[in-house]
Amino acid sequence: MNNKVINGFTTAWKGLSLTIRHLFASNAKRKVVPASDNNYFKQLEGTNTIQYPKQSLPIPEVGRYQLDVEMDDCIVCDLCAKICPVNCIDIESIKATEVIGQTSDGSKKMLYAAKFDIDMAKCMYCGLCTIVCPTECIVMTNQYDRTVFELSDLTYKFSDMTAEEAAEKQALLDKQLAEKQAAKLAAMKQKEGGV
Amino acid sequence: MSFYLTYFAIGIGLFAFSAVFALVGVYAERKVSAFIQDRLGPTETGKFGMLQTLADGLKLIQKELIVPAAADKLLFIMAPAIIFIAVYMGFAAMPWGPGLVPTSLNLGLFYIFAIISIETLGILMAGWGSNNKYSILGSMRSVAQIISYEIPAGFAIISVVMIAQSLNMQTIATQQGILSTEGVKFFGFWDVSKIGGIFAWNIFRAPHLLIAFVIYFIASLAESNRAPFDIPEAESELVAGFHTEYTGMRFAFVFFSEYSMMFLVSMISVVLFLGAWNTPLPNIGALHLADWTTGNGWGIIWILIKSLALVGIQMWIRWTLPRLRVDQLMSLCWKVLTPLAFACMLISGVWRIFLM
Repeated sequence: MNNKVINGFTTAWKGLSLTIRHLFASNAKRKVVPASDNNYFKQLEGTNTIQYPKQSLPIPEVGRYQLDVEMDDCIVCDLCAKICPVNCIDIESIKATEVIGQTSDGSKKMLYAAKFDIDMAKCMYCGLCTIVCPTECIVMTNQYDRTVFELSDLTYKFSDMTAEEAAEKQALLDKQLAEKQAAKLAAMKQKEGGV
Repeated sequence: MSFYLTYFAIGIGLFAFSAVFALVGVYAERKVSAFIQDRLGPTETGKFGMLQTLADGLKLIQKELIVPAAADKLLFIMAPAIIFIAVYMGFAAMPWGPGLVPTSLNLGLFYIFAIISIETLGILMAGWGSNNKYSILGSMRSVAQIISYEIPAGFAIISVVMIAQSLNMQTIATQQGILSTEGVKFFGFWDVSKIGGIFAWNIFRAPHLLIAFVIYFIASLAESNRAPFDIPEAESELVAGFHTEYTGMRFAFVFFSEYSMMFLVSMISVVLFLGAWNTPLPNIGALHLADWTTGNGWGIIWILIKSLALVGIQMWIRWTLPRLRVDQLMSLCWKVLTPLAFACMLISGVWRIFLM
Protein backbone atom coordinates (compact mmCIF):
# COMPACT_ATOMS: atom_id res chain seq x y z
CA MET A 1 0.00 0.00 0.00
CA ASN A 2 2.72 2.45 1.04
CA ASN A 3 4.87 1.37 -1.87
CA LYS A 4 1.94 1.87 -4.22
CA VAL A 5 1.40 5.43 -3.02
CA ILE A 6 5.09 6.31 -3.31
CA ASN A 7 5.23 4.64 -6.71
CA GLY A 8 2.16 6.60 -7.81
CA PHE A 9 3.70 9.91 -6.80
CA THR A 10 7.12 9.19 -8.30
CA THR A 11 5.75 8.03 -11.64
CA ALA A 12 3.36 10.98 -11.77
CA TRP A 13 6.26 13.30 -11.05
CA LYS A 14 8.33 11.64 -13.75
CA GLY A 15 5.60 12.37 -16.28
CA LEU A 16 5.04 15.89 -15.00
CA SER A 17 8.75 16.75 -15.18
CA LEU A 18 8.87 15.40 -18.73
CA THR A 19 5.96 17.55 -19.86
CA ILE A 20 7.22 20.68 -18.13
CA ARG A 21 10.57 20.23 -19.86
CA HIS A 22 8.75 20.21 -23.17
CA LEU A 23 6.58 23.15 -22.15
CA PHE A 24 9.62 25.35 -21.58
CA ALA A 25 11.79 23.77 -24.27
CA SER A 26 12.63 25.67 -27.42
CA ASN A 27 9.57 26.77 -29.36
CA ALA A 28 11.63 27.19 -32.50
CA LYS A 29 9.79 26.60 -35.73
CA ARG A 30 10.66 23.42 -37.54
CA LYS A 31 13.43 23.56 -40.12
CA VAL A 32 12.24 21.81 -43.22
CA VAL A 33 14.63 19.23 -44.62
CA PRO A 34 13.81 16.48 -47.12
CA ALA A 35 13.12 12.98 -45.87
CA SER A 36 16.33 11.80 -47.54
CA ASP A 37 18.38 13.99 -45.21
CA ASN A 38 20.53 12.19 -42.66
CA ASN A 39 19.23 14.37 -39.84
CA TYR A 40 15.58 13.93 -40.74
CA PHE A 41 14.76 11.61 -37.84
CA LYS A 42 17.07 13.36 -35.40
CA GLN A 43 15.15 16.62 -35.39
CA LEU A 44 13.81 16.50 -31.85
CA GLU A 45 14.43 20.12 -30.91
CA GLY A 46 11.73 22.76 -31.15
CA THR A 47 8.24 22.20 -32.45
CA ASN A 48 7.31 19.52 -34.90
CA THR A 49 4.60 21.21 -36.94
CA ILE A 50 5.08 21.83 -40.62
CA GLN A 51 3.01 24.95 -41.32
CA TYR A 52 1.83 23.57 -44.58
CA PRO A 53 1.00 26.26 -47.11
CA LYS A 54 3.90 28.36 -45.83
CA GLN A 55 6.31 25.47 -45.40
CA SER A 56 6.34 22.15 -47.16
CA LEU A 57 8.58 19.12 -47.18
CA PRO A 58 10.82 19.05 -50.25
CA ILE A 59 9.89 16.14 -52.51
CA PRO A 60 11.64 14.52 -55.46
CA GLU A 61 11.12 16.29 -58.77
CA VAL A 62 9.38 13.24 -60.22
CA GLY A 63 7.37 11.76 -57.42
CA ARG A 64 4.29 9.60 -57.75
CA TYR A 65 1.88 12.49 -57.71
CA GLN A 66 -0.38 13.96 -60.40
CA LEU A 67 -0.15 12.90 -64.05
CA ASP A 68 0.85 15.16 -66.87
CA VAL A 69 0.84 14.43 -70.62
CA GLU A 70 3.09 16.06 -73.20
CA MET A 71 0.68 15.93 -76.16
CA ASP A 72 3.37 16.77 -78.74
CA ASP A 73 5.06 13.48 -77.93
CA CYS A 74 1.90 11.36 -77.72
CA ILE A 75 1.33 8.89 -80.52
CA VAL A 76 -2.17 8.03 -79.21
CA CYS A 77 -1.31 4.34 -78.97
CA ASP A 78 -3.87 3.88 -76.16
CA LEU A 79 -1.51 1.64 -74.15
CA CYS A 80 -1.88 3.78 -71.04
CA ALA A 81 -5.66 3.54 -71.16
CA LYS A 82 -5.43 -0.25 -71.60
CA ILE A 83 -3.01 -0.81 -68.69
CA CYS A 84 -4.86 1.51 -66.28
CA PRO A 85 -6.26 -0.67 -63.45
CA VAL A 86 -9.03 1.80 -62.63
CA ASN A 87 -9.86 2.94 -66.16
CA CYS A 88 -9.28 6.58 -65.43
CA ILE A 89 -7.79 7.38 -68.84
CA ASP A 90 -10.24 7.91 -71.68
CA ILE A 91 -8.82 8.27 -75.20
CA GLU A 92 -10.60 8.68 -78.51
CA SER A 93 -8.38 8.52 -81.55
CA ILE A 94 -8.92 9.49 -85.18
CA LYS A 95 -6.67 8.04 -87.86
CA ALA A 96 -4.86 10.66 -89.80
CA THR A 97 -4.92 10.61 -93.60
CA GLU A 98 -1.14 10.97 -93.66
CA VAL A 99 1.83 11.15 -91.29
CA ILE A 100 1.15 14.26 -89.21
CA GLY A 101 4.51 14.69 -87.55
CA GLN A 102 7.19 13.23 -85.40
CA THR A 103 7.66 12.97 -81.67
CA SER A 104 10.86 14.14 -80.06
CA ASP A 105 12.25 10.59 -80.10
CA GLY A 106 11.50 10.15 -83.79
CA SER A 107 8.34 8.07 -83.70
CA LYS A 108 5.80 8.83 -86.42
CA LYS A 109 2.50 10.31 -85.36
CA MET A 110 -0.34 8.74 -87.31
CA LEU A 111 -3.32 9.39 -85.05
CA TYR A 112 -5.11 12.44 -83.77
CA ALA A 113 -6.23 12.46 -80.14
CA ALA A 114 -9.79 13.78 -80.27
CA LYS A 115 -10.06 13.16 -76.56
CA PHE A 116 -7.44 12.48 -73.91
CA ASP A 117 -9.07 12.74 -70.46
CA ILE A 118 -7.55 11.61 -67.19
CA ASP A 119 -9.89 11.47 -64.21
CA MET A 120 -7.55 12.30 -61.32
CA ALA A 121 -10.33 11.55 -58.84
CA LYS A 122 -10.19 7.92 -59.97
CA CYS A 123 -6.42 7.68 -60.38
CA MET A 124 -4.73 5.41 -57.84
CA TYR A 125 -1.21 6.74 -58.53
CA CYS A 126 0.23 3.35 -59.45
CA GLY A 127 2.33 4.80 -62.26
CA LEU A 128 1.75 1.87 -64.67
CA CYS A 129 0.79 4.23 -67.51
CA THR A 130 4.13 6.00 -67.28
CA ILE A 131 5.93 2.65 -67.61
CA VAL A 132 4.11 1.38 -70.69
CA CYS A 133 4.20 4.65 -72.58
CA PRO A 134 6.49 4.03 -75.62
CA THR A 135 7.38 7.70 -76.05
CA GLU A 136 7.48 8.61 -72.33
CA CYS A 137 5.01 11.39 -72.87
CA ILE A 138 2.86 10.58 -69.82
CA VAL A 139 4.72 11.35 -66.59
CA MET A 140 4.05 11.85 -62.93
CA THR A 141 4.98 15.29 -61.62
CA ASN A 142 5.69 16.69 -58.18
CA GLN A 143 2.31 18.40 -57.94
CA TYR A 144 0.14 16.92 -55.20
CA ASP A 145 -1.85 19.85 -53.88
CA ARG A 146 -4.99 20.44 -55.89
CA THR A 147 -8.40 21.42 -54.62
CA VAL A 148 -11.37 22.00 -56.89
CA PHE A 149 -14.90 23.17 -56.35
CA GLU A 150 -16.43 21.00 -59.08
CA LEU A 151 -15.77 17.28 -59.27
CA SER A 152 -15.59 17.59 -63.06
CA ASP A 153 -12.55 19.87 -62.68
CA LEU A 154 -10.61 16.82 -61.56
CA THR A 155 -10.93 15.36 -65.06
CA TYR A 156 -7.87 16.74 -66.79
CA LYS A 157 -8.34 17.27 -70.52
CA PHE A 158 -5.10 17.01 -72.44
CA SER A 159 -6.37 16.91 -76.02
CA ASP A 160 -5.39 20.06 -77.92
CA MET A 161 -8.09 19.61 -80.59
CA THR A 162 -11.36 21.43 -80.62
CA ALA A 163 -14.55 19.57 -81.47
CA GLU A 164 -14.67 21.24 -84.92
CA GLU A 165 -11.11 20.21 -85.72
CA ALA A 166 -11.93 16.67 -84.65
CA ALA A 167 -15.04 16.68 -86.84
CA GLU A 168 -12.99 18.02 -89.74
CA LYS A 169 -10.34 15.34 -89.35
CA GLN A 170 -13.05 12.72 -89.04
CA ALA A 171 -14.63 14.00 -92.26
CA LEU A 172 -11.26 13.85 -94.04
CA LEU A 173 -10.76 10.30 -92.79
CA ASP A 174 -14.27 9.31 -93.86
CA LYS A 175 -13.64 10.84 -97.28
CA GLN A 176 -10.35 9.00 -97.64
CA LEU A 177 -11.96 5.77 -96.52
CA ALA A 178 -14.79 6.29 -98.99
CA GLU A 179 -12.28 6.98 -101.77
CA LYS A 180 -10.34 3.87 -100.86
CA GLN A 181 -13.53 1.88 -100.76
CA ALA A 182 -14.51 3.26 -104.17
CA ALA A 183 -11.07 2.50 -105.58
CA LYS A 184 -11.27 -1.01 -104.18
CA LEU A 185 -14.70 -1.55 -105.65
CA ALA A 186 -13.49 -0.21 -108.98
CA ALA A 187 -10.47 -2.49 -108.86
CA MET A 188 -12.66 -5.51 -108.01
CA LYS A 189 -15.03 -4.65 -110.80
CA GLN A 190 -12.19 -4.33 -113.25
CA LYS A 191 -10.83 -7.70 -112.07
CA GLU A 192 -14.26 -9.31 -112.52
CA GLY A 193 -14.70 -7.60 -115.87
CA GLY A 194 -11.25 -8.79 -116.96
CA VAL A 195 -12.01 -12.44 -116.23
CA MET B 1 -31.44 52.78 -4.53
CA SER B 2 -27.78 53.12 -5.42
CA PHE B 3 -26.92 49.84 -3.71
CA TYR B 4 -29.01 48.08 -6.33
CA LEU B 5 -26.72 49.61 -8.94
CA THR B 6 -23.73 48.25 -7.02
CA TYR B 7 -25.32 44.81 -6.99
CA PHE B 8 -25.82 44.88 -10.73
CA ALA B 9 -22.33 46.23 -11.32
CA ILE B 10 -20.82 43.44 -9.23
CA GLY B 11 -22.96 40.79 -10.91
CA ILE B 12 -22.06 42.00 -14.39
CA GLY B 13 -18.44 42.42 -13.38
CA LEU B 14 -18.20 38.83 -12.15
CA PHE B 15 -19.93 37.60 -15.30
CA ALA B 16 -17.54 39.59 -17.46
CA PHE B 17 -14.65 38.20 -15.46
CA SER B 18 -15.72 34.59 -15.93
CA ALA B 19 -16.34 35.17 -19.65
CA VAL B 20 -12.96 36.81 -20.16
CA PHE B 21 -11.32 34.11 -18.07
CA ALA B 22 -12.96 31.42 -20.22
CA LEU B 23 -11.60 33.08 -23.38
CA VAL B 24 -8.09 33.44 -21.98
CA GLY B 25 -8.26 30.03 -20.31
CA VAL B 26 -9.20 28.17 -23.49
CA TYR B 27 -6.44 29.96 -25.40
CA ALA B 28 -3.92 29.20 -22.63
CA GLU B 29 -5.02 25.58 -22.49
CA ARG B 30 -4.57 25.16 -26.24
CA LYS B 31 -1.16 26.81 -26.19
CA VAL B 32 0.04 24.88 -23.13
CA SER B 33 -1.12 21.57 -24.60
CA ALA B 34 0.51 22.43 -27.91
CA PHE B 35 3.86 23.30 -26.38
CA ILE B 36 3.81 20.23 -24.15
CA GLN B 37 3.27 18.11 -27.25
CA ASP B 38 5.83 20.06 -29.33
CA ARG B 39 3.14 21.59 -31.53
CA LEU B 40 2.40 25.25 -32.19
CA GLY B 41 -1.24 25.62 -31.19
CA PRO B 42 -3.38 28.38 -32.71
CA THR B 43 -1.20 30.70 -34.80
CA GLU B 44 -3.34 32.13 -37.57
CA THR B 45 -6.02 34.31 -35.95
CA GLY B 46 -4.36 37.46 -34.69
CA LYS B 47 -0.82 37.74 -33.40
CA PHE B 48 0.19 34.31 -32.02
CA GLY B 49 -3.42 33.22 -32.56
CA MET B 50 -4.62 35.36 -29.66
CA LEU B 51 -7.99 36.09 -31.27
CA GLN B 52 -8.70 32.39 -31.83
CA THR B 53 -11.05 31.90 -28.89
CA LEU B 54 -12.85 35.16 -29.68
CA ALA B 55 -13.40 33.87 -33.22
CA ASP B 56 -14.61 30.54 -31.81
CA GLY B 57 -17.06 32.43 -29.59
CA LEU B 58 -18.38 34.42 -32.55
CA LYS B 59 -18.83 31.19 -34.46
CA LEU B 60 -20.72 29.57 -31.57
CA ILE B 61 -23.05 32.60 -31.27
CA GLN B 62 -24.04 32.27 -34.91
CA LYS B 63 -24.68 28.55 -34.76
CA GLU B 64 -28.11 27.01 -34.80
CA LEU B 65 -29.49 25.76 -31.48
CA ILE B 66 -30.51 22.20 -32.23
CA VAL B 67 -32.83 20.31 -29.90
CA PRO B 68 -32.88 16.58 -30.70
CA ALA B 69 -36.35 15.30 -31.59
CA ALA B 70 -36.31 12.69 -28.82
CA ALA B 71 -34.93 15.04 -26.17
CA ASP B 72 -36.75 16.11 -23.03
CA LYS B 73 -36.96 19.71 -24.20
CA LEU B 74 -37.36 21.49 -20.88
CA LEU B 75 -34.47 19.68 -19.16
CA PHE B 76 -32.33 19.91 -22.26
CA ILE B 77 -32.76 23.67 -22.59
CA MET B 78 -32.44 24.45 -18.89
CA ALA B 79 -29.37 22.32 -18.17
CA PRO B 80 -26.61 24.64 -19.54
CA ALA B 81 -28.13 27.59 -17.69
CA ILE B 82 -28.21 25.65 -14.40
CA ILE B 83 -24.67 24.38 -14.86
CA PHE B 84 -23.37 27.87 -15.54
CA ILE B 85 -25.42 29.69 -12.89
CA ALA B 86 -24.37 27.20 -10.21
CA VAL B 87 -20.71 27.90 -10.86
CA TYR B 88 -21.22 31.63 -11.38
CA MET B 89 -23.12 31.99 -8.09
CA GLY B 90 -20.15 30.43 -6.31
CA PHE B 91 -18.15 33.60 -7.03
CA ALA B 92 -20.56 35.62 -4.89
CA ALA B 93 -18.84 34.73 -1.62
CA MET B 94 -15.23 34.80 -2.79
CA PRO B 95 -13.02 37.47 -1.20
CA TRP B 96 -10.78 39.48 -3.54
CA GLY B 97 -9.09 41.82 -1.09
CA PRO B 98 -9.11 42.98 2.55
CA GLY B 99 -12.31 44.96 1.99
CA LEU B 100 -13.40 43.46 -1.30
CA VAL B 101 -15.96 40.70 -1.11
CA PRO B 102 -19.29 40.61 -2.98
CA THR B 103 -21.11 39.10 0.02
CA SER B 104 -19.39 38.46 3.33
CA LEU B 105 -21.55 35.50 4.33
CA ASN B 106 -21.18 33.85 7.73
CA LEU B 107 -21.79 30.56 5.98
CA GLY B 108 -19.73 31.51 2.93
CA LEU B 109 -17.76 28.29 2.58
CA PHE B 110 -20.81 26.14 3.20
CA TYR B 111 -22.76 28.20 0.65
CA ILE B 112 -20.06 27.80 -2.01
CA PHE B 113 -19.76 24.10 -1.36
CA ALA B 114 -23.54 23.73 -1.60
CA ILE B 115 -24.05 25.86 -4.70
CA ILE B 116 -21.37 24.21 -6.78
CA SER B 117 -22.87 20.80 -6.10
CA ILE B 118 -25.97 22.04 -7.94
CA GLU B 119 -23.80 21.76 -11.04
CA THR B 120 -24.20 18.00 -10.68
CA LEU B 121 -27.93 18.42 -11.09
CA GLY B 122 -27.40 20.40 -14.28
CA ILE B 123 -25.09 17.73 -15.64
CA LEU B 124 -27.59 15.00 -14.87
CA MET B 125 -30.34 17.07 -16.53
CA ALA B 126 -28.17 17.54 -19.60
CA GLY B 127 -27.42 13.83 -19.83
CA TRP B 128 -30.98 12.70 -19.23
CA GLY B 129 -32.55 15.41 -21.38
CA SER B 130 -30.35 14.63 -24.38
CA ASN B 131 -31.82 11.12 -24.58
CA ASN B 132 -28.54 9.83 -25.89
CA LYS B 133 -26.70 6.88 -24.43
CA TYR B 134 -23.33 8.59 -24.44
CA SER B 135 -24.77 11.60 -22.68
CA ILE B 136 -26.51 9.60 -19.98
CA LEU B 137 -23.40 7.46 -19.41
CA GLY B 138 -21.28 10.59 -19.13
CA SER B 139 -23.61 12.30 -16.74
CA MET B 140 -24.02 9.20 -14.56
CA ARG B 141 -20.26 8.93 -14.30
CA SER B 142 -20.01 12.63 -13.56
CA VAL B 143 -22.59 12.46 -10.80
CA ALA B 144 -21.04 9.37 -9.21
CA GLN B 145 -17.64 11.02 -9.34
CA ILE B 146 -18.64 14.42 -8.01
CA ILE B 147 -20.68 13.00 -5.16
CA SER B 148 -17.83 10.66 -4.18
CA TYR B 149 -15.16 13.33 -4.32
CA GLU B 150 -17.17 15.79 -2.29
CA ILE B 151 -16.49 13.63 0.77
CA PRO B 152 -12.67 13.95 0.85
CA ALA B 153 -13.01 17.56 -0.32
CA GLY B 154 -15.48 18.24 2.47
CA PHE B 155 -13.27 16.66 5.13
CA ALA B 156 -10.24 18.56 3.88
CA ILE B 157 -12.25 21.77 4.08
CA ILE B 158 -13.52 20.91 7.55
CA SER B 159 -9.96 20.42 8.77
CA VAL B 160 -9.25 24.02 7.73
CA VAL B 161 -12.48 25.28 9.21
CA MET B 162 -11.64 23.64 12.54
CA ILE B 163 -8.31 25.49 12.61
CA ALA B 164 -9.85 28.78 11.44
CA GLN B 165 -13.02 28.46 13.54
CA SER B 166 -15.08 30.18 10.86
CA LEU B 167 -17.02 29.46 7.70
CA ASN B 168 -16.74 33.04 6.53
CA MET B 169 -14.36 33.16 3.58
CA GLN B 170 -13.26 36.69 4.41
CA THR B 171 -12.44 35.73 8.03
CA ILE B 172 -10.47 32.69 6.88
CA ALA B 173 -8.59 34.94 4.43
CA THR B 174 -7.81 37.63 7.01
CA GLN B 175 -6.36 35.09 9.45
CA GLN B 176 -3.56 34.17 7.07
CA GLY B 177 -1.55 37.37 7.13
CA ILE B 178 -0.49 40.49 8.96
CA LEU B 179 -4.07 41.75 9.25
CA SER B 180 -4.94 38.82 11.51
CA THR B 181 -6.36 39.83 14.89
CA GLU B 182 -5.61 36.51 16.56
CA GLY B 183 -2.02 35.28 16.59
CA VAL B 184 -0.71 33.22 13.67
CA LYS B 185 1.82 30.51 14.42
CA PHE B 186 4.08 28.86 11.86
CA PHE B 187 3.63 25.11 12.40
CA GLY B 188 2.34 25.88 15.90
CA PHE B 189 5.56 27.15 17.46
CA TRP B 190 6.78 30.38 15.77
CA ASP B 191 4.60 33.46 16.12
CA VAL B 192 4.45 35.10 12.69
CA SER B 193 1.58 37.58 13.32
CA LYS B 194 3.89 40.52 12.61
CA ILE B 195 5.98 38.79 9.92
CA GLY B 196 3.15 37.52 7.78
CA GLY B 197 3.96 36.57 4.22
CA ILE B 198 4.14 32.97 3.10
CA PHE B 199 4.75 31.75 6.69
CA ALA B 200 1.29 32.75 7.81
CA TRP B 201 -0.55 30.78 5.13
CA ASN B 202 -2.82 28.00 6.26
CA ILE B 203 -0.73 25.23 4.73
CA PHE B 204 2.07 26.27 7.14
CA ARG B 205 -0.12 26.74 10.18
CA ALA B 206 -0.22 23.00 10.74
CA PRO B 207 1.69 20.31 8.84
CA HIS B 208 -1.38 18.20 8.13
CA LEU B 209 -3.01 21.09 6.27
CA LEU B 210 -0.40 20.57 3.56
CA ILE B 211 -1.83 17.07 3.09
CA ALA B 212 -5.35 18.47 3.30
CA PHE B 213 -4.42 20.91 0.53
CA VAL B 214 -3.21 18.09 -1.73
CA ILE B 215 -6.38 16.12 -0.99
CA TYR B 216 -8.56 19.11 -1.75
CA PHE B 217 -6.64 19.85 -4.95
CA ILE B 218 -7.06 16.27 -6.21
CA ALA B 219 -10.73 16.28 -5.26
CA SER B 220 -11.26 19.64 -6.95
CA LEU B 221 -9.82 18.25 -10.18
CA ALA B 222 -12.45 15.54 -9.98
CA GLU B 223 -15.20 18.01 -9.14
CA SER B 224 -14.46 20.17 -12.15
CA ASN B 225 -14.29 17.05 -14.36
CA ARG B 226 -10.72 17.71 -15.37
CA ALA B 227 -8.22 15.10 -16.47
CA PRO B 228 -7.08 12.71 -15.03
CA PHE B 229 -10.65 12.53 -13.72
CA ASP B 230 -12.42 13.38 -16.97
CA ILE B 231 -14.29 10.13 -17.52
CA PRO B 232 -17.61 12.06 -17.72
CA GLU B 233 -16.54 13.50 -21.06
CA ALA B 234 -13.94 10.93 -22.06
CA GLU B 235 -13.62 11.77 -25.76
CA SER B 236 -12.26 8.39 -26.71
CA GLU B 237 -15.16 6.51 -25.15
CA LEU B 238 -18.18 8.79 -24.92
CA VAL B 239 -17.85 11.23 -27.85
CA ALA B 240 -18.13 14.26 -25.54
CA GLY B 241 -20.04 12.88 -22.57
CA PHE B 242 -22.96 14.82 -21.21
CA HIS B 243 -22.68 17.70 -23.70
CA THR B 244 -22.61 15.56 -26.85
CA GLU B 245 -25.92 16.88 -28.16
CA TYR B 246 -25.35 20.57 -27.43
CA THR B 247 -24.67 23.15 -30.10
CA GLY B 248 -24.08 26.87 -30.33
CA MET B 249 -24.38 29.01 -27.23
CA ARG B 250 -25.69 26.15 -25.09
CA PHE B 251 -22.45 24.30 -25.74
CA ALA B 252 -20.54 27.53 -25.10
CA PHE B 253 -22.17 27.86 -21.68
CA VAL B 254 -21.20 24.32 -20.72
CA PHE B 255 -17.67 25.17 -21.78
CA PHE B 256 -17.75 28.51 -19.93
CA SER B 257 -18.81 26.81 -16.77
CA GLU B 258 -16.03 24.25 -17.02
CA TYR B 259 -13.45 27.02 -17.12
CA SER B 260 -15.19 29.11 -14.46
CA MET B 261 -15.29 26.00 -12.29
CA MET B 262 -11.56 25.52 -12.77
CA PHE B 263 -10.94 29.06 -11.59
CA LEU B 264 -13.46 28.81 -8.76
CA VAL B 265 -12.01 25.63 -7.24
CA SER B 266 -8.50 27.07 -7.58
CA MET B 267 -9.65 30.23 -5.85
CA ILE B 268 -11.26 28.21 -3.05
CA SER B 269 -8.04 26.32 -2.44
CA VAL B 270 -6.11 29.60 -2.54
CA VAL B 271 -8.44 31.16 0.04
CA LEU B 272 -8.44 28.11 2.28
CA PHE B 273 -4.80 27.06 2.08
CA LEU B 274 -2.59 29.51 0.21
CA GLY B 275 -3.20 32.75 2.05
CA ALA B 276 -6.06 34.13 -0.07
CA TRP B 277 -5.29 37.75 -0.96
CA ASN B 278 -2.35 37.90 1.44
CA THR B 279 1.10 38.61 0.10
CA PRO B 280 3.71 35.83 -0.01
CA LEU B 281 6.42 38.37 0.93
CA PRO B 282 7.20 38.47 4.70
CA ASN B 283 8.39 41.42 6.79
CA ILE B 284 12.14 40.99 7.20
CA GLY B 285 13.59 43.36 9.79
CA ALA B 286 13.39 46.87 8.40
CA LEU B 287 12.01 45.66 5.08
CA HIS B 288 8.26 45.75 5.67
CA LEU B 289 7.50 43.89 2.46
CA ALA B 290 4.28 42.42 3.80
CA ASP B 291 2.98 45.80 4.96
CA TRP B 292 3.86 47.40 1.63
CA THR B 293 2.18 44.71 -0.46
CA THR B 294 -1.10 44.40 1.40
CA GLY B 295 -4.20 46.24 0.24
CA ASN B 296 -7.18 45.94 -2.07
CA GLY B 297 -5.23 46.39 -5.31
CA TRP B 298 -2.46 44.07 -4.14
CA GLY B 299 -5.09 41.64 -2.88
CA ILE B 300 -6.63 41.28 -6.35
CA ILE B 301 -3.17 40.84 -7.90
CA TRP B 302 -2.07 38.20 -5.37
CA ILE B 303 -5.26 36.17 -5.49
CA LEU B 304 -5.27 36.28 -9.28
CA ILE B 305 -1.63 35.19 -9.51
CA LYS B 306 -2.12 32.34 -7.03
CA SER B 307 -5.36 31.12 -8.60
CA LEU B 308 -3.94 31.31 -12.12
CA ALA B 309 -0.88 29.37 -10.96
CA LEU B 310 -3.17 26.62 -9.68
CA VAL B 311 -5.15 26.71 -12.94
CA GLY B 312 -1.82 26.34 -14.74
CA ILE B 313 -1.01 23.29 -12.62
CA GLN B 314 -4.43 21.84 -13.46
CA MET B 315 -3.63 22.26 -17.18
CA TRP B 316 -0.16 20.81 -16.72
CA ILE B 317 -1.65 17.75 -15.01
CA ARG B 318 -4.33 17.39 -17.67
CA TRP B 319 -1.79 17.16 -20.48
CA THR B 320 0.45 14.76 -18.58
CA LEU B 321 -1.51 12.12 -16.75
CA PRO B 322 -3.72 9.55 -18.46
CA ARG B 323 -7.36 9.17 -17.49
CA LEU B 324 -8.24 6.98 -14.49
CA ARG B 325 -10.53 4.01 -14.95
CA VAL B 326 -13.86 4.12 -13.11
CA ASP B 327 -12.83 1.56 -10.49
CA GLN B 328 -9.43 3.21 -9.98
CA LEU B 329 -11.18 6.54 -9.58
CA MET B 330 -13.51 5.18 -6.92
CA SER B 331 -10.82 3.25 -5.05
CA LEU B 332 -8.60 6.35 -5.00
CA CYS B 333 -11.47 8.35 -3.54
CA TRP B 334 -12.82 5.89 -1.00
CA LYS B 335 -9.72 3.95 -0.02
CA VAL B 336 -7.04 6.64 -0.05
CA LEU B 337 -8.37 10.17 -0.01
CA THR B 338 -11.33 9.73 2.32
CA PRO B 339 -9.37 8.03 5.18
CA LEU B 340 -6.53 10.54 4.77
CA ALA B 341 -8.93 13.48 4.85
CA PHE B 342 -10.63 11.97 7.88
CA ALA B 343 -7.26 11.70 9.64
CA CYS B 344 -6.54 15.33 8.74
CA MET B 345 -9.82 16.35 10.34
CA LEU B 346 -8.98 14.43 13.55
CA ILE B 347 -5.51 15.96 13.70
CA SER B 348 -7.08 19.40 13.21
CA GLY B 349 -9.22 18.88 16.30
CA VAL B 350 -6.26 17.76 18.40
CA TRP B 351 -4.15 20.61 17.02
CA ARG B 352 -6.76 23.20 17.82
CA ILE B 353 -7.16 22.00 21.40
CA PHE B 354 -3.51 21.46 22.33
CA LEU B 355 -1.41 23.67 20.12
CA MET B 356 -3.36 26.87 19.46
